[in-house]
Amino acid sequence: MAKQRWVDISVGLFVLSGILALSVMAMKVSGVSRWSSNKSYHVTAEFADIGSLKVRSPVTIAGVKIGEVTRIELQSADLNAKVTMLLRQDKPIPFQDTSARILTQGLLGSNYISIVPGFDDDSKSAHAYLRDGDVIARTQEAMILENLIGQLLFNIKK
Amino acid sequence: MLNRLATLGQSSLNTLQKIGQSGLFLGGLIIRKPDFLKLWADLRHQLYFCGVLSCLIIIVSGLFIGMVVGLQGYHTLEKFGATTQLGQLLALSITRELGPVISALLFAGRAGSALTAEIGLMKATEQLVSMDMMGVDPIARVIYPRFLAGVIALPLLALIFSAVAIYGGYFIGVDWLGVDSGSFWSNMQVSVDFRADVVSGIIKSIVFAIVVVWIAVYEGFYCTPTAEGISQATTKTVVHASLAVLGLDFILTAMMIGSW
Repeated sequence: MAKQRWVDISVGLFVLSGILALSVMAMKVSGVSRWSSNKSYHVTAEFADIGSLKVRSPVTIAGVKIGEVTRIELQSADLNAKVTMLLRQDKPIPFQDTSARILTQGLLGSNYISIVPGFDDDSKSAHAYLRDGDVIARTQEAMILENLIGQLLFNIKK
Repeated sequence: MLNRLATLGQSSLNTLQKIGQSGLFLGGLIIRKPDFLKLWADLRHQLYFCGVLSCLIIIVSGLFIGMVVGLQGYHTLEKFGATTQLGQLLALSITRELGPVISALLFAGRAGSALTAEIGLMKATEQLVSMDMMGVDPIARVIYPRFLAGVIALPLLALIFSAVAIYGGYFIGVDWLGVDSGSFWSNMQVSVDFRADVVSGIIKSIVFAIVVVWIAVYEGFYCTPTAEGISQATTKTVVHASLAVLGLDFILTAMMIGSW
């Protein structure tokens, strides 16, 4: 009887440690629950060229990660890229004059979005901060190394 | 000349017959409706045997494999000045490949061989035949709980292996070699995708579990009921299961990366 109980307890522990390992893999290793939906909001921005930006690329302010890209789609009218990103709720970003830029980590690194916040001079107005569904109007497209080199060569020839 | 041709034909017919028999055997096991109330007592005993007793070898080898990948990865990445990417290298190689494959190989050696030997000995001592005589279906009573327990246990073992291996690599990379802990985890979290990496690792280990346990119970159930037959069946289980795991791993990886 005591043997049977030990078998039961150890099987329970085994299954529990399997589930624990799954949650470690989900949260610690792949960072699934970092941006849960109740504490974050979506904003969109339109770029003329996104370079090699991908879904799950980081979104930063002053180099600190505050969110990630959740969706990239090509808009049929303007043929530009509409990027949807999920940002953390606890750091409000001024709505006016805020701009988004696509930068590159290092010379050959991957692309990320950097948000440059505007001034919050009238924080009492109704729409002082970015909120769910907003569109960041001022954007700067990704810098493509080949285009830069092309321009450089063109200028040298002149 | 004709004799040789006949031998060739006979051996290929035998092989085909064996493949068909094992396929039918697996099909019968999969479509069987489990009666969990009756099954529960056997199932937990087999889970203890397949799962809990395999935990030690899985945890120890996971720890050492994580540590070795951490050490090797650090010295390779150091040449490119990219040691902060150690977390990414460790997590991707372990969740995608090493975790499912090595735990399946260890499971084939540790639990698969024991399953074959146990069932083979039951057959040799005519326990299976006497169960049949008493109107008890030996497949339902002996084979099915073992099959089910193995299929449940191996994915859990693979998850434990991966988690332990990542912490082993963390221990070597961060505590011993001085990689920054924050960039270790954040680079890992940026590059590891839950669905593409962790879930595909789990799918792999479920497929490996079905194949390894299928080979183990099949070889046991259809072995020649002699001492020599059991030893041959046990060897076959380990060899065939390991080869099947490695071959299937290539096919599954090609399918997941090529996304067909």
